[in-house]
Amino acid sequence: MKELTLPLNKDQIKNLKAGDSVLLSGTILTARDCAHKRITEIIKSGNKLPFNINGSVIYYAGPCPAKPGMASGSCGPTTSARMDSFAPMLLDMGLCAIIGKGEMCSEVAEALKRNCSVYFAAIGGAGALYGNAIKSSKCIAFPDLLSEAVYKLEVENFPAVVAMDCYGGNIYN
Amino acid sequence: MRKINTSEIEEIIYRSALKAGVTLTDSCKAALQSACKTEDEGAAKFALETLIQNSNVAQQNAMPVCQDTGMAVVIMEIGNEVYLEGDPLPVAVNRAVRRAYKDGYFRKSVCDPITRVNTTDNTPAVLHTEICEGDKVKITFMPKGFGSENMSRMFMLKPAQGVDGIINSIVTAVKDAGSRPCPPVYVGVGIGGTFDSCAYLAKKALTRDIGTHSERQDIADIECTALEKINGLNIGCQGFHGKVTALGVSCEWMPTHIAGLPVAVNIQCHCVRCVKEVL
Repeated sequence: MKELTLPLNKDQIKNLKAGDSVLLSGTILTARDCAHKRITEIIKSGNKLPFNINGSVIYYAGPCPAKPGMASGSCGPTTSARMDSFAPMLLDMGLCAIIGKGEMCSEVAEALKRNCSVYFAAIGGAGALYGNAIKSSKCIAFPDLLSEAVYKLEVENFPAVVAMDCYGGNIYN
Repeated sequence: MRKINTSEIEEIIYRSALKAGVTLTDSCKAALQSACKTEDEGAAKFALETLIQNSNVAQQNAMPVCQDTGMAVVIMEIGNEVYLEGDPLPVAVNRAVRRAYKDGYFRKSVCDPITRVNTTDNTPAVLHTEICEGDKVKITFMPKGFGSENMSRMFMLKPAQGVDGIINSIVTAVKDAGSRPCPPVYVGVGIGGTFDSCAYLAKKALTRDIGTHSERQDIADIECTALEKINGLNIGCQGFHGKVTALGVSCEWMPTHIAGLPVAVNIQCHCVRCVKEVL
């Protein structure tokens, strides 16, 4: 089990192979369907995003509300394939890693190779476990989207598996 | 006639929803344990161990097992000797859902299909009612997540395609879904009826305990054969390959038209949440 602190540098990414089990700690941003649509619209209109894509890690997730005294509610990954059409552009903008669940398309595999980035699969359905691994959560964009807004999370020991690496390795093949 | 105020039904649905969001069914927990024992060392076993751990964490902290606390599906079998008084049933059901999703800190995942604007309280619920004999009301609450719902399929087969066609449809739906619906999945199948009733049968099949079989031997055989073929697909937990791609296959049936053979396949992820109460 490799323990990694996010974001990752290129040397760390080159050391990851599809199938490796990892524990992730550090800063990640949540974004799912509606947030990706907004991000794309902002980029296409030439406006500035309210957060940096370059060097960031995006987690395809939409949390439950936090109970009093907790940083986050349950927060497992959502199906990555729905973000297939958005991911290559964000990877080309410098996104260092994606966390989600399930297979992604060949265009994403190409973009991961091209940019030396990595796709981690978190364990779908383990929402409570991931919620407990979140130490702080702050909404940084699109609050009207509720659970689909962009949250900046500090996480500790997120269990995941390298699903697609920077060499074209793919656990789903 | 037995009079029941819909406020009593509201309370049962409220409690059922709060329980369902944070608890896997006993048959699901047992099936995950069994899958974990079956699987060899590797990513799929690691994922299954994580899921079992997650189920315990959810129960201990009364946290949703999965953040997708679903669309609220309510199935009510109402005895014909029951007279419902008070607020109309849909009003009571939606109020229960609204209260439970707020008090349980569940995610509100329901939105307008076109504008995508969230309804903010997880209503409306999907309410199915059936009239049956007697003076009881049987209430089933099932939160249905959409990672798996999205992978569901409808096949309008030709009668000549028969049992082989049915089994092939079930296996095809699971194969095409691949890693996306959070395998190991639970597969609900409707056989017969019309387009709409067939889909409802598939949903109802998912309210059965995993591992139970149809009372009809020929249908039970379809369940067993389909499960065996699915577990030969090597998709495995989370798509990480392995021996367990499905925890179970349940089929419900009804007669159909001489010209058709509808087969609906409703996919449920490994996070099977379903609470049943009788009033």
